[in-house]
Amino acid sequence: MKIKIISIICLLMAILIYSCQSDDQITFARYYSIGSVIYQNKCQNCHGKDGQGLSALMPALTDSVYLKANKATLPCIIKYGLKGKLMIINKKPFEGDMPVMDMAPIEIAEVLTYVTNSFGNKMGIITAQQVGDDLKDCK
Amino acid sequence: MKKLVAAVVIIFTYSACKFNTGQTALPIYGNRTPVTKTVDGKNVTDTAYQTIPGFKTVNQYGDSITNKNLDGNIYVADFFFTTCPSICPVMHRNMLNVYDAFKAEKDVKIISYSIDPKHDSVAILKKYADKLGVTGNTWWLLQGKKEDIYKLSESYLVTKPQEDAKQLFIHDGYFILVDKQKRIRGTYDGTQPGQVNNLIADIKTLKAEPDQITGK
Ligand code: HEC
Repeated sequence: MKIKIISIICLLMAILIYSCQSDDQITFARYYSIGSVIYQNKCQNCHGKDGQGLSALMPALTDSVYLKANKATLPCIIKYGLKGKLMIINKKPFEGDMPVMDMAPIEIAEVLTYVTNSFGNKMGIITAQQVGDDLKDCK
Repeated sequence: MKKLVAAVVIIFTYSACKFNTGQTALPIYGNRTPVTKTVDGKNVTDTAYQTIPGFKTVNQYGDSITNKNLDGNIYVADFFFTTCPSICPVMHRNMLNVYDAFKAEKDVKIISYSIDPKHDSVAILKKYADKLGVTGNTWWLLQGKKEDIYKLSESYLVTKPQEDAKQLFIHDGYFILVDKQKRIRGTYDGTQPGQVNNLIADIKTLKAEPDQITGK
């Protein structure tokens, strides 16, 4: 009996919390969780489980200042890759190749939402709409 | 009769225990063949184990490296290429742990054979080593003839690399532990940090074996 009451209360609370979440939060949570799976499959080998990178071969994804400053070009990096472009990440120079990732704007948005809100970064959601716009300006 | 059974049981239990204490030694992999030699006028049958055959390569410093340069060393081998987008970064992230654990010891080495020797020249291997943070002579990155390296991979009991349509090389990410007698003593999935920890523990076990201390 007691268990029943407790579980009903829990259920009600869960529904309450869920419905009180704004739509934005729900979208964010969905982007973030799908993004984490994409990250594991397509990025983790190089950039590491905790975004720690690999010595001077693969840059870390923990440089919040870099990520913020280059927010609009991140979709281009993923879609078109990088070839020996010099970049300073966590005060260290990197000059490697990142392969072209054939990904849809929505997937790019999801993985970037994951990256820019993990490993100590906190930049909020990056939407598919934003990614689509940014991709038009890729050089 | 009962006594006999008891005796058998005791002998079995004893030998089982004996066997257990032997587990501090690592297994020996590969084919084995009996060889009969004459010692002090008597015929003695011994076991010959599969060993890693000779090879000719160049390391990241441009020094010529053959199997002779590994005499007196326990070593870990793997196959990779510098532009590998898939498992190699993970393998070498994990191999760095092996490197850090043994770089101060003179008789442990790591060798990574490039399976893309056309691209991975000495200069490229040196740059890769520098970026990885590898110095000194503990970890060699080796360039050799492609056919030789592919053939050699079979002796290390790993799958022969293949090339797919995009000219990417498909290979598996094993780390192979080889003892001072050039026998294979363990294989580990280099993409799994847990297995690489086992490798580090096994190298310590191996170093303590009498055969490895004498190196004969
Ligand atoms: C084959 C290895 C590899 C893979 C796979 C890879 N990257 Fe990269 N990434 C690199 C390298 C190397 C650079 C640096 C390129 C340069 O210096 O020009 C880089 C740079 C970056 C940068 C900018 C620099 C930084 O550290 O912030 C971001 C962001 C990034 N990658 C995100 C990703 C994401 C997201 C994925 C998965 C969709 C991914 N990468 C997959 C190797 C890789």
